[in-house]
Amino acid sequence: MATIIVDVMLKPEILDPQGQAVAAALPRLGFTFATSIRQGKRFEITVAGEPTAAQLAEVEEAAEKLLSNPVIETFVVRVEK
Amino acid sequence: MRIGVVTFPGSLDDSSALRAITLAGGEAVPLFHASDDLKEVQAVVLPGGFSYGDYLRCGAISRFAPIMSSIIVAAEHGFPVLGICNGFQILTESHLLPGALIRNQDLHFICTDQPVTVENVNTPWTNGYAKGQRIVIPIKNGEGSFQASAETLAELEGEGRIVLRYADKNPNGSQNNIAGISNARGNVVGVMPHPEQAIEDLTGPSEDGLTFFTSILQSLVAR
Repeated sequence: MATIIVDVMLKPEILDPQGQAVAAALPRLGFTFATSIRQGKRFEITVAGEPTAAQLAEVEEAAEKLLSNPVIETFVVRVEK
Repeated sequence: MRIGVVTFPGSLDDSSALRAITLAGGEAVPLFHASDDLKEVQAVVLPGGFSYGDYLRCGAISRFAPIMSSIIVAAEHGFPVLGICNGFQILTESHLLPGALIRNQDLHFICTDQPVTVENVNTPWTNGYAKGQRIVIPIKNGEGSFQASAETLAELEGEGRIVLRYADKNPNGSQNNIAGISNARGNVVGVMPHPEQAIEDLTGPSEDGLTFFTSILQSLVAR
């Protein structure tokens, strides 16, 4: 079994009000490390055996079609060891 | 004149949209997401609500419903489609309309009677309004902030495809105060405010929304 990870993030130019709200909440807890926070989504896709190149290509396609919206988001596909 | 309204799992305003069509004098036809049968309707409304619980992204899962494959093909050939709120989100996810709708700037779910200006009256859904007419219809959404690339915005503005613009103040951070847009051909229109919730004095802030439904009936008669 292996896990394919798809990370989806809003494009840098798209406003991220959720990330901003988290960034504004941290200092109230005494955490002052962040200059900015962007919030995204992570998908963990389990496949049987080592992922094949064909499977990864399919995941790329699925990420483009459904898991992300290319108008506002970018994604990265990787295999977790 | 048969006008369909699609019910998705989680649609809320489907019955209101059906009622608005009836009140405008049309034959309202309920359509179901799991069928690809458009039941010979001459136009279709994608209603508001929270289809699939807004999971993943608003409208992202509904976009792949069997009924949508029929609607997408028909829309590309000039079939009139109106998406209201969640329906607008489904239309952008379907790439029938450009841009995207993201979380409101202040994170609030906004439910209010909203003044808007009708800017494009050359669509089958808005031809009964006067250009520049100010109307008041409700908005009720958490993810109504319209975002698009600079090129897309320039194209929408240049081609006069902004259908509705928020008047007075921008409630949610939408670029260029955009509350509704159309495709290049004008047959596909998406709006965040809810015209079907402003069709009679008893239940709405105005009767201003009814003109969306009388407009489409007029356009269909004129064909």
